[in-house]
Amino acid sequence: MNEQQTPATEGCSSSRRNFLTGAIATVAGVAVAPGISLISLAQARPADEAVSKDTRWGMLIDTSKCADGCTDCVTACAKENGWGIGSTDEQHSADTQRAQWIRKVDLRDKHTGYTHTLPMLCQHCENPPCVDVCPTGASFRRADGIVLVDKHICIGCRYCMMACPYKARSFVHEVLEDQKPYAPRGKGTVESCTFCVHRTDAGRTPACVEACAVGDHHAMLFGDLNDPRSELSQRLSKEASTQVRADLGLNVGVRYQGI
Amino acid sequence: MISLAKWSRLLALAVVAFVLLTAPARAEEEAEGGRVPMPNEVEAKGKQCVQPTDVMRRNHMQFILHHRDETMHKGIRTKQYSLKECINCHVQPKADGSYPSIHTKEHFCNSCHTYAAVHIDCFECHATHPVGNASDVAAKTETGPQSMDKAPAAGGMAQ
Repeated sequence: MNEQQTPATEGCSSSRRNFLTGAIATVAGVAVAPGISLISLAQARPADEAVSKDTRWGMLIDTSKCADGCTDCVTACAKENGWGIGSTDEQHSADTQRAQWIRKVDLRDKHTGYTHTLPMLCQHCENPPCVDVCPTGASFRRADGIVLVDKHICIGCRYCMMACPYKARSFVHEVLEDQKPYAPRGKGTVESCTFCVHRTDAGRTPACVEACAVGDHHAMLFGDLNDPRSELSQRLSKEASTQVRADLGLNVGVRYQGI
Repeated sequence: MISLAKWSRLLALAVVAFVLLTAPARAEEEAEGGRVPMPNEVEAKGKQCVQPTDVMRRNHMQFILHHRDETMHKGIRTKQYSLKECINCHVQPKADGSYPSIHTKEHFCNSCHTYAAVHIDCFECHATHPVGNASDVAAKTETGPQSMDKAPAAGGMAQ
């Protein structure tokens, strides 16, 4: 492609070429200026390169910005990964049995009456109990901190669901059809939030985070915990945040503010 | 003692007789497509597969098995041996715009696996057709799965 275009480029006058070079430099400058674009560009890994432990993906959820009754993150996740609401699957299962990769939890302080709401999803622990108990090795933690289920070797025993303190995993009870090509899911296997691994690998943010920003809530922030320059690390180093069930010592990847 | 030449003549005669005698039966079988369910020659989108056809026929399972572990555990998402790319190229919309079902002979994978009597589990989880604006996907979503009624709060899933 490039080779074919070379003669045409050589045929350009020098002033045109200078203009093009200048224009490209300007565009690059604009993209870099807000800072965020620079970081996301730097994170995009080549397709043939394996994930490394130099990166650890994490999330910060500010519950004070999480709107009461808003389910944008849940809807976006369901749509992106093809589960639950509106999909054609799990018609025979009870509501409590259906897949739920992310859910909204409403909390109320019994003494003061203060209520707030937050999204609960897989916390992508550094020491995940689901991985500890998995008898086949299907439940595993990727080098970059994303906890996944390898459904090729999952036997559907559901020990991981029992072990998870966050109730983050679901079991698929029915034959499914029309799955998303990048989010395979099927009967007899356990599944949970993947931090939208297909998007993360492409240098994009998970669907829930994107939807939260599109809805102008900006309650969710995704980034690299191991990169001190990332917006996530910057905020975590300056602001107070909480791990849910910090007493378990799991060192979760998802942290909350305002709980 | 019969000479070699005589043996040859006898053999040739036997072959000719066999061909002549069984011709009507074979013609009938060929007309019906034979007793064996032959694989359906499904047109792919591209002109050239990632490996020569004979190599793919024999080894495609090794290629995608290796690639599956690389992708799942290491996040390597090259396209060459990706099942998603197999589907993108080999599964094309029918004349009415819908994609062939994995359970029919029109589907590239199922066509050959039926012939080879090999049961595969890939498509219990993996998508059986490329993602696009295929009319069947849209129609299926619009006609309304029951769960839409049960959970109106979170909105529809129109593609």
